[in-house]
Parts: sequence; C-alpha cells; structure tokens
Amino acid sequence: MNPDRLKNAGSKALLTVDDLRIAFPSRHGPVEVVRGVSFALGRERLGIVGESGSGKSQTGRAILGLTPRPGRATARTLDFDGIDLRHATPAAWRSLRGIRISMIMQDPKFSLNPVMTIGRQLIEAARRTSSRAESKDRAMAMLEAVQIHDPYRVFGAYPHELSGGMGQRAMIAMMLITEPDLLIADEPTSALDVTVQIEVLRILDRLVTDRGMGLIFISHDLRLVSSFCDRVLVMYAGRVVEEVKAKDLIRAKHPYTQGLFKCLPLIDGDRAPLPTLQRDADWAL
Amino acid sequence: MTAPISRREWLLTEQPASRRQARLGQTYRTWLALRANRLAMFGLFIIMALVLISVFAPLLVRYDPLTGGDLRTGRLLPPSWDHPMGTDDLARDIYSRVIYGSRLTLMVVALVAVIATPIGLAVGTTAGYLGGWVDNVLMRVTDIFLAFPRLILALAFVSALGPGIENAIIAIAITSWPPYARLARAETLTIREADFINAIRLQGASSARILWGHITPLCLSSVIVRVTLDMAGIILTAAGLGFLGLGAQPPQPEWGAMVATGRRFIIDQWWVATMPGIAIFLVSLGFNLLGDGLRDVLDPKAADSHNEP
Amino acid sequence: MAGTFLQQTEGRYGALPTWFWKGTKLIATIAVTILGLLLITFFISHVIPVDPVLAVVGDRASQSTYDKMFIEMGLDKPLWQQFFFYVEKVLSGNLGNSFLTKKPVFDDLARAFPATLELATVSILIGTLVGIPLGVLSAVKSGTLTDQIVRVIGLIGYSVPIFWLGLLGLLVFYAKLSWISGPGRIDIEFEYNVTRTTGLLLIDSAMQGQWDAFRNVVSHITLPASLLGYYSLAYISRMTRSFMQTELAQEYIITARVKGVPEWRIIWVHALRNAAVPLVTVIALSYAGLLEGSVLTETVFAWPGLGLYLTNSLQVADMNAVLGGTLLIGVIFIALNLLSDLLYTLLDPRVRRRVGQR
Repeated sequence: MNPDRLKNAGSKALLTVDDLRIAFPSRHGPVEVVRGVSFALGRERLGIVGESGSGKSQTGRAILGLTPRPGRATARTLDFDGIDLRHATPAAWRSLRGIRISMIMQDPKFSLNPVMTIGRQLIEAARRTSSRAESKDRAMAMLEAVQIHDPYRVFGAYPHELSGGMGQRAMIAMMLITEPDLLIADEPTSALDVTVQIEVLRILDRLVTDRGMGLIFISHDLRLVSSFCDRVLVMYAGRVVEEVKAKDLIRAKHPYTQGLFKCLPLIDGDRAPLPTLQRDADWAL
Repeated sequence: MTAPISRREWLLTEQPASRRQARLGQTYRTWLALRANRLAMFGLFIIMALVLISVFAPLLVRYDPLTGGDLRTGRLLPPSWDHPMGTDDLARDIYSRVIYGSRLTLMVVALVAVIATPIGLAVGTTAGYLGGWVDNVLMRVTDIFLAFPRLILALAFVSALGPGIENAIIAIAITSWPPYARLARAETLTIREADFINAIRLQGASSARILWGHITPLCLSSVIVRVTLDMAGIILTAAGLGFLGLGAQPPQPEWGAMVATGRRFIIDQWWVATMPGIAIFLVSLGFNLLGDGLRDVLDPKAADSHNEP
Repeated sequence: MAGTFLQQTEGRYGALPTWFWKGTKLIATIAVTILGLLLITFFISHVIPVDPVLAVVGDRASQSTYDKMFIEMGLDKPLWQQFFFYVEKVLSGNLGNSFLTKKPVFDDLARAFPATLELATVSILIGTLVGIPLGVLSAVKSGTLTDQIVRVIGLIGYSVPIFWLGLLGLLVFYAKLSWISGPGRIDIEFEYNVTRTTGLLLIDSAMQGQWDAFRNVVSHITLPASLLGYYSLAYISRMTRSFMQTELAQEYIITARVKGVPEWRIIWVHALRNAAVPLVTVIALSYAGLLEGSVLTETVFAWPGLGLYLTNSLQVADMNAVLGGTLLIGVIFIALNLLSDLLYTLLDPRVRRRVGQR
C-alpha cells in the first residue's frame, strides 16, 4: 500500500464514472454496447453482474483505456484519483496501467504469453516499480503470497506447464506485484474448476483486504458476487438496471435482478419446475 | 414482405426463400466486398483486358506476328509510331507478337487448370473419403511431389518429354496438382461424416458414386478458387520455361522466349527484352491482385504456407 | 509438407520411450520420401524417354558406347529390377557421368553447390531482414496506407518475372551506371588469388585477408542476391503480417497492455516472439524456394551454381546431369523441411517439453 500516492484517500471516490458509453460501428451505424453507465468507487469491492453481452467486461476495459478498435468509449466523467482518463495521453496511460490500475483476466490459458516463462512475465510487471535486482525477489515473494508452494519451479515454468488454478494464481501475482490502487477482476474464476475457484477467490480476497485496494469484480455469477463484494451493480443490455448493497440483494427491486435471484438453486428444498428467467423488452430501454 | 422488392434487396435478404437465392446472395455479397477493393478491381480489369486482347488480336495489329519485315532495314528498330514496341532481330513487330502472345498465355493457364484440377480433386477426395492406407499412400505421393520445387520438377519432366509448349503445359500440370489434392482432402474430411452423406450411403450408393456425385461437387468451388490464386505462379513458371528455351518453340510469340531472344541485345536494343517482360509482369500482377482480393473476401485468415509463388 | 515430420506422434506405444518412436517414424518418413524422389527421377529417366540410352549418351554416340550404356543402365532387365539397380547406384553416390563435362555428375554438383548456397544465403538474409520488419509494420498499421504500400510491394515481388528483372538490373546498374560488377561470381583477375576452402567466396576471401577480392565478390553478388531477396521478401512479409495480426488479437497482448508494457515491446517482444514459431517454417520454405528462383537467376547472371549447371545440361539434354541436379535439390528441400520442423520444436515451449502436470 502506498497511501501517500492517494491524494484524498477515503474522503473522495477513487474512481468516478459518469455516463460511460461504448459504441462499435456496424453496417447499420454505431451500436452501443454500453449505454450510459455511472458509478463511483472508493476503497471498496464493487461487483458488476450481468449476462454475457451486457457490457460488463467492456466497462472494465474502458476504465483501462483498452476498448478494442474500432470501438469508442465516451463519458461525461471518467476520473481516477483526480486524473481525467478521457484525455489521458499514451504516456499517462502507461504510468497508470500496471502501476495504479491492473486487471485480472478470465483464462490463464490465453492471457499468459505462451512463449515466456512465468518468471519473465512477473519480472516484466515488477520492473515497472522496482529495480532489476529487486524484481526477482519481489516475484518470488509474490508467488509465495498467492500460496504457490514451489515458487522456483513455477518461476521457470511456461504457462502451458501449469494447471488452470496455478496459472490464475500466477496471473494474480503478476497483477498485484506493483500494489495497484484499483484492481479489476474480469471473471477471474469462470475458467477454473469449481474446487479451485474457491481457493483462488480466497487468495484474491486476502490480498485485496491486506492491501486495502479498490476492487471491481466482474462476473455473471450473482451468488459469488454477492458473497464477495460490498455493493453490486446489475447490468442488462448495456445499462445499470440496479445498484444495491450485497446484503440487501434479496430485497432487490428490479424484476431482472429478482428473476436472476430466483433462478439460483437452493440447497434445501427442491424447486420443480425449475424457474426460468422471463425477460421483459422494457428492461432494455 | 408484401411490397415488391428490388433485385438487390432480393439478393441481400437475411431470409432467403430458396437455396438458390441463398447461394446467389452469397455470391453477390462476395462481389460487393470484392468491388470495394480497388486493387482487386484493377487486377480484374487486367485479366478482362487480356481475354479481350487475345480474342480480338487480329483486329489490334497491323503486322503478322510470325513473319518479319525487310531484314535489311527492319531489324531491331526502336519504338516508333509504326512499331510501338520496336522490332526484333528478325524484323518482326514486337507489339504484334506481344498481342498474339496473350493467346499462348491464356492457353497455358486454361489447359493447366483443366488438367491439374481434376487430378488434384480425384486424388484428394479419394484419399479423404476412403481414408486408411489409401489415404496414407496417396498423401505420401502428394508429399513427394511437394518435395520438389515446382519449376525444377517441371524442368526435369520437360527435359525427358522434349521441349515444346504442349510438354511444358503437361509438366506444369503434373507439378501443380499436389496443393489441390491436399485442399480437396481437407474439405472431404469435413464433409465425409455429414448426415446427408450418411443418408446417401444408407440408400446403398457406391463409394464411387458418393465421391463423384456428391463430394467432388462440394469441393470444386474451393479448389477452383485456389487454382485462380495459383494462376500467376503458373504464368511465371511457363514464362520461365520459355525463357530457358523449353517452352514454346520459335517462331511462336511466347513472352518468356521473347525475353530470352532480347537478352542478346539487352545493352543496345533494350526494348526487345523489356516489352514482353512488361506483358508477363502485368498479367501475373493482374492475377495476383485479383487473387489477393479474393482471398481477403473469402477467407481473411487464409495463411497457407504452401502457397508460394 | 512442412510440419508433417514430427508432430503426429504421441506416447501411445507404451514400453519404449516416445523419442524412440518419434525417431523411428521420422527416419521412416524421410526414407519413404527419398525413395519417392528416386522413383520420380527413375520414371523420368527410364520410362518417359523413347530411348533412355540416347537420352544419356546423345545421338552422336557410337554403337559400342550405346551398347555399353544399354547394359550399364540395365535396360535388358525388367523395370522393377532396373529401379532396384538405380536406387543402389544413386545411394552409393554414383549419379552417372555428365556427357557435357565428361565428369561424374556427383563431382560437378559438389563443385556447383557452394555458389548456389552462398547466393541463396545472402538472399534469404536480405529477404528476412527486410521482410519481417515490413510485415510487422503492415500488421501494426493494418488497413492504413502503409499497409497497402507494403502489400503492393509484396505483390509486385510475386508477379515480376525474375529473369526479366535480372536483365533490366544488369542493363541499368552494370551497363549504364557501372555501379556493380557484371555476370559471374568473381572477376578473372581475382579468381585464382582465393583458395577455395569452404567454396563460399565471401568467407574464403575474408579469411585469407584478400579484401580486394572480397569487395569484388560483394559487387558481383549484390544484384542477384537483392533480386532473389526481394522475391523471398514478398512471401516473408506477407506471412509475417498474417501471423502478427493473429498474435496481436490474442488475450496475452491485452495482459501486456494492462501491465503497462510499452507498445514497441508488445510488438517486437511479445507478439513477434510468438509469431516467430510459424515464421521459421516460412523462412525455411522460402530458402528452399530460392533454389527454384536460382535456376533462372543464375542463368541470367552466369552464376556458376546448381541452377546454371542444370540449365546448361538441359540445353544439351544431358539427362544424368539434369536428374542429378533435380535429385540434389529435392534432397535439400527435404532437409530444409526437416530443419524447420526441428527449429519449430526448439522455439515453441509447448512442443519442446511436455511436462504437463495436472
């Protein structure tokens, strides 16, 4: 943690997003996949839930300025700790990415460079804030912090030589090695086996708590998000349809959220017939 | 849809009513995408021009391409109004020879395509459909042919068959089919287990019938596209054989052989070798531009490591 | 045929280690392919010609020479036996005598090979060193004018008849401008100053400190190597563009951006390192393709290599020489394919070690 890096820790929001829109050109004119998303984030855990195509991942990428071409992200406000991200220069982005904001991606099979060892990839991240000499020690320490028991082997391994859970731990280590202020986790456990998911989440949970960083947790899994986050944004068709405290989720007002919640299986008592989500065209308006 | 629709709308509809409409619509979309590519259109223009020139050759020239003018005064004349590309060492008008040469070039391209495509299709579909040892043997043979650079193998064949344009065509065809066989085999493997093929098999159709009646037609279009992409390479190989004196024999106006003739006079009479060379270059560029555009439109990810010119 | 040699086998045979089966299969594949090459050359020499003897000795040979050759080629025996003899002969290094040079074809080829090797190597260096950056540039600037220009440069390289470009090059740079030396590898005045140890004149002259000869060799090789280099550049830059586009669209590139890795490093280290794996095959194939281009180029530049030997022999229908050359080029082709597979294995950690633990 580097509290001195934060000008107004606690008092003001770390990240403010107002009216974020992301549009992709198509044959029939631009298509907006994110349509006016607004929220503010302090040093807390914000969950973003929604089905695939709801725009949740694009929202996460836009915060890092990584909207894929030819898409365009616009916003009334996109402010990270006093920095206006809308007009950030490439140099400004580089001083933010990896150092102050970073992102854990879904599947380590694709998100790690297949021809570089884990060690080299970790050091590449660590070098942003540390000297060459320190980097290796930091990398080792970080591998231990994500509870990898034989860090030497993993350090010298190529991504394909690791299991999915190991790969994702290495990914978490790589993204937290510079101790960023904001971490975006985009479906960090969806590609993993169920048994491994919980372990990885526990590691992530502890590291985020210890370092007191802000977290945006993007997932399609409502239960996971509600147990992991303080606050939940529910997205549908590019809009935030509901913002609710995690513990109040059961009292959610929007029919989409209620519908999602009702579809969750219960441990006690069986549900027959299985409820399905009834959609309403009005939600997308 | 109650209102009458234009032909364009009929072609571009998202809900085609018949298979024919769907196929025509697909072709039309390909054409629209291709038309947007200016380089490809330039290539198409060159090829159309080649075809028109070879058809109307007699109308476009004033001199006979085979018999020359006065050997005392008409040899190796520089380009002028009378002889736009000059004359060669036998006092023949180079312009007329280049124009008539387009017929030879078209003939080579067409005949090679007509010979090599069926061989490739037959080998590829048979190997893919029957599988097992037949596949192994046929693909090994294909690999062996691929193990020779194309021009070298063609050279060896021509040297045994004897020089001449027919033998050059046969040699190029013999060396061109392996990539088509590979492609046809790959296509066959994806079709082989399709439900409709199984249905035909259950009806008791013989293997030969399934191969020729059902699988080959389905592989044909992609193989034809591939042959089009290879045209430039075929033209250059034929010109190369001509240049080495193994293709068309004198006095035929073959472009490669004409460059070889001009080689002796290159320092002082540059036009003799230059003009036919430009013709080879333009035509092969035309096929390459069109092929490149086609590849982009049909398969943006096409990256075949065997597709070397 | 790239990629066919090593990749098919998995350790499913139990008792013996995988490498043993891989090795066995590899050797078997090579053996079958070479046997296939021999079958083709045998077919060309013994089956196609109306009179195979005439094709070897020429029509001015005396009756006794003819009869001797008839027996030597085993033409009184059945075809399969002839093939057997043929294979035996070739495998023992006997490719017959050239009736043009009156020497064993094998020796002729050994003398001509270094010249072609030198030309092809300099060419592939030019093609790679220029082609890869152009391809990368094209992929990064995909869809822009730069991309279009690179594409057209490549397409022209594909389309131009190399023998014609060579002639024009000689006309402009040698005859008119005198910037370079003309046909041949080295001027006659230096020819005997350089002792042939490797047969590669650039290396030989440099090692012996013959810098005048070295400069002369450079000025001879520049034009033909640039032309052949351009020819391979067209292919290399196109494939580089295609591979780089694929790599730049991968997730790990986003990871690198998230990490704040500078753009040049993302392109030249992260993406290119991955694109390099298939590119090796492409470069090996172009290298082999240069052998093809060299037949025409060497003819134009009177370059005393395999290509010129082949075409000179063709002019007089010297079948032993033609087929010897064809066979040698076929074997080099196979060797290069094999080499590219081996390099592939070295470059790609996913193939290199299958430690995989779950």
